[in-house]
Amino acid sequence: MEPASRLDHNHKLSLREFPYIVRWRDDRCKRCGRCTAVCPVKAIEATVKVMRTIRSEGPVPTPAASRTVVQMVEQVKDMERHCVGCGSCTLVCPNEAIEPELNPQNKMLHYKNKGGDGYKRGGRRNDPTVSTLDKLKFTRISMLTDPALDAGRHEFRIRTLLGRVTAPEQMPLKVVDGKLQMDKKSDVFIPPVREIYPIMIGSMSVGALSPPMWEGLAMGVAYLNEVEGMPVVMCSGEGGMPSRLLRSRYLKYFIIQIASGYFGWDEIVRSLPHMVEDPAAIEIKYGQGAKPGDGGLLMAAKVLKLISKIRGVPQFVDLASPPTHQTKYSIEEAVAKMIQSMSMAWGFRVPVYPKISGSKTAKAVLNNLARNPYAAGLCIDGEDGGTGAAYNVSMDKMGHPIASNLRECYLDLVKQGKQNELPLIAAGGVGKKGNLAANAAALIMLGASGVAIGKYIMQAAADCFGDEHNRCNLCNVGKCPRGITTQDPKLYRRLDSDRVAERVVEVFKAADTELKKIFAPMGRSTELPIGMSDGLSVEDKAIAERLGISYAC
Amino acid sequence: MCRLAAITSKEYISPMEPVLALETMKEGHDGSGLGLTLKDLGGEFEKLKKYPVLSGICSRDGRKVLDDYMKRHGFKLKHEWKPKTRPVDAIISRDHYFARAYDYPEAFRKKPMQEKEDLLMHTRLALRKLGESDESIFAFSFYPDVITIKEVGDPLQVAEFFGLDKDSLKAKIIFAQGRQNTNYAIYLYACHPFFIQGFCSMTNGENTAFVPIREYLSGRGFPGYTGYNSDSEVFTHILHYTVRQLGFPLHYYKDVITPLKATEIEKRSDADAVRLIKQSMRQLCIDGPNMVIGFTPDGRVFMVHDAKKLRPGAVGGVKGRYALMSEECGVDSAVPKRDRTKDFFPMKYDMVIISPDAQEVKVWNQLHG
Ligand code: SF4
Ligand code: SF4
Repeated sequence: MEPASRLDHNHKLSLREFPYIVRWRDDRCKRCGRCTAVCPVKAIEATVKVMRTIRSEGPVPTPAASRTVVQMVEQVKDMERHCVGCGSCTLVCPNEAIEPELNPQNKMLHYKNKGGDGYKRGGRRNDPTVSTLDKLKFTRISMLTDPALDAGRHEFRIRTLLGRVTAPEQMPLKVVDGKLQMDKKSDVFIPPVREIYPIMIGSMSVGALSPPMWEGLAMGVAYLNEVEGMPVVMCSGEGGMPSRLLRSRYLKYFIIQIASGYFGWDEIVRSLPHMVEDPAAIEIKYGQGAKPGDGGLLMAAKVLKLISKIRGVPQFVDLASPPTHQTKYSIEEAVAKMIQSMSMAWGFRVPVYPKISGSKTAKAVLNNLARNPYAAGLCIDGEDGGTGAAYNVSMDKMGHPIASNLRECYLDLVKQGKQNELPLIAAGGVGKKGNLAANAAALIMLGASGVAIGKYIMQAAADCFGDEHNRCNLCNVGKCPRGITTQDPKLYRRLDSDRVAERVVEVFKAADTELKKIFAPMGRSTELPIGMSDGLSVEDKAIAERLGISYAC
Repeated sequence: MCRLAAITSKEYISPMEPVLALETMKEGHDGSGLGLTLKDLGGEFEKLKKYPVLSGICSRDGRKVLDDYMKRHGFKLKHEWKPKTRPVDAIISRDHYFARAYDYPEAFRKKPMQEKEDLLMHTRLALRKLGESDESIFAFSFYPDVITIKEVGDPLQVAEFFGLDKDSLKAKIIFAQGRQNTNYAIYLYACHPFFIQGFCSMTNGENTAFVPIREYLSGRGFPGYTGYNSDSEVFTHILHYTVRQLGFPLHYYKDVITPLKATEIEKRSDADAVRLIKQSMRQLCIDGPNMVIGFTPDGRVFMVHDAKKLRPGAVGGVKGRYALMSEECGVDSAVPKRDRTKDFFPMKYDMVIISPDAQEVKVWNQLHG
């Protein structure tokens, strides 16, 4: 019998409490140590165990105990070092001897508050269920009633507008000799409008992303524009941009974001007189779908030399942007002022639009913008959006799904007849299950002028491990095993920026083909089917009613 | 596919002519209805050109409501035309078919035409509303020098039913549409041609972008942009919006419904305006498959296609008489003696515009502007 003290394991956790249980196979392991070296959270350790075996040899039982010392790989039972299921160990293991296994009964959230602070992580909402977007189907197919279009033969123009579009009634036109000419004497302000590709890369900052990741995205975007003729744009996120890029002709492919911390804006303002091109647009970030009500957060571990330079801050300090813009005390005044000053900085040549998190209050913001002739659009980021760092509670429990939020806003614009004047950009969960084109098309038919993607491109272009089962999600601590969201050169050298750029191009080209495959049978090709909601159906009556689309089963 | 026949002529012609042209294009079952719009009226209406004509159908009860409404609003009946209907199998006769010329209410007689037009449209919409739920009143058009006739059935039979072959009713421009019902229940308000304030159009094909276009027009704050029992009605309203509301020359209708590519726009001498129109009126872009025939208040008649020319269309004739048809055999029927080599089949960039009294055919090319 063992002494009582040995059986008292209170205040220790069993493996069943952990979100991932590491399955290690003694018979396959060759004890090379690669897994323990690669594990970003030190969730596994090489240990030495004593094994007691009783053997009996010969015809008469002569049991004899022998003790052997064995080396093993063991999972650590410290919730601060819980296995995140990233699978890096599996990737490096030459013998396929180790693999994390999801433990759905885990009680991780009961323990992730050590030191009195809530659980922070990166990633997205941990909700693996099928999103509304993925439930939508395209059901109005022209076949025999009228010829459908041919995705391979007919000309398609998959383009959208970013910027405040002048209403027909306001166009300063006059008839001269039977032709329409711009009325030069008119003092009507025609806001800048860009023709862009309807899928854009949403805001992810230099800082949140590693240098090769950001560079790879930027190179991919430039290639798409210059070689493939696809005007894809990308948003800088909060944190500025490398000054060389700011002063380059490539700036026109980028949307520069300004957020509540104004990080990076010293450099942007300094570069202004040297800019040879205008940026595609300016995005004023008021909210983020993944963490509504929370400001940006770049944790100290990621504030290394390059980042401190671009952002104009000291190294190794937490960079938290306030949840709201400090100058903001009323939406009417502050948003208008912000839009005005940003427009002014570029001589009213650049569209300026706000981004908010999906919320029941989105319509109020929208109506305010609808009245502001300088507002160039509204980006609504739904709850399925991602983030580099946030409290788990914000990510999992706060926010509004994008589908109904976007639809509601669009229909509100329709009521005012302004659906073409103020483009809506939808984000948050586009491509959540990999259906990039289908999700984008569905949002467009619900009323979006375009969509923004983030996590999807990280997964598709750089193999991010993250998923809706809280896999990996270490983006906040600078330990990204893929080198995507880290500033540690030892980690980010794993990522090849050329390869990322190549994948970006592949992703967009494939999405383009798929969009045509969706739009062709529905008979839309020369313009996007914005608001063509009669093309959509869903197998859920409540969703159909809420979105104002048909029910099909 | 619906069949379209339009004839524009210097002389007054009978509505039977386009109906017979429709007949030559008939293929298979095609009995969903006939719609006729006559402009520049002859016969008994020749001397009533300045008086607005209300065209429609009503029941016995509807007639009382209609009379009462018109009287209360100060419209004075000047003349009434009623078809001498003959019983035809398969056509269920309604109580009253009519085209009535009214004099404007006293207060409006000296008002500018725009105001008169608004009054007429509001009156038509009010009558429609009064009789829509119980189908006691159908009001198709209310405008000077224009008559609209619609009924469900095989076009030739409908014409026979109305006794059009024996009637003195004549006009210089006549649109006829033989409807092939595919998408919607047969409903008179869904029958082409559609008319609003002097603008008229008829279309074949399906308008795949109907919903966003309808939503956009409905948001223009113009009370006449309503109805939409057919996805083709928006073509008439886009025409009205472009030409009357925005004051664009007619050919910009083509730029609105089938905008050019950015690179093509750059070559136009009016590129700045066209670029702005393309952005500003993005929602009104169609993708076909459609062919549209229309007329404007000044008596011009035109034909345009979607940008891929997914529907046929032919224009042919002689000075003083042109036919615009969905198929060439229709042109043969309407103007048999003509130089066929001069027939025109508009392609993706073309807009054929025939001047009033069928004097001149102009093909406007969108690329050249
Ligand atoms: S799955 Fe990732 S976190 Fe878990 S043990 Fe392997 S390397 Fe470590
Ligand atoms: S792979 Fe990197 S970016 Fe992806 S979840 Fe893990 S830490 Fe975040």
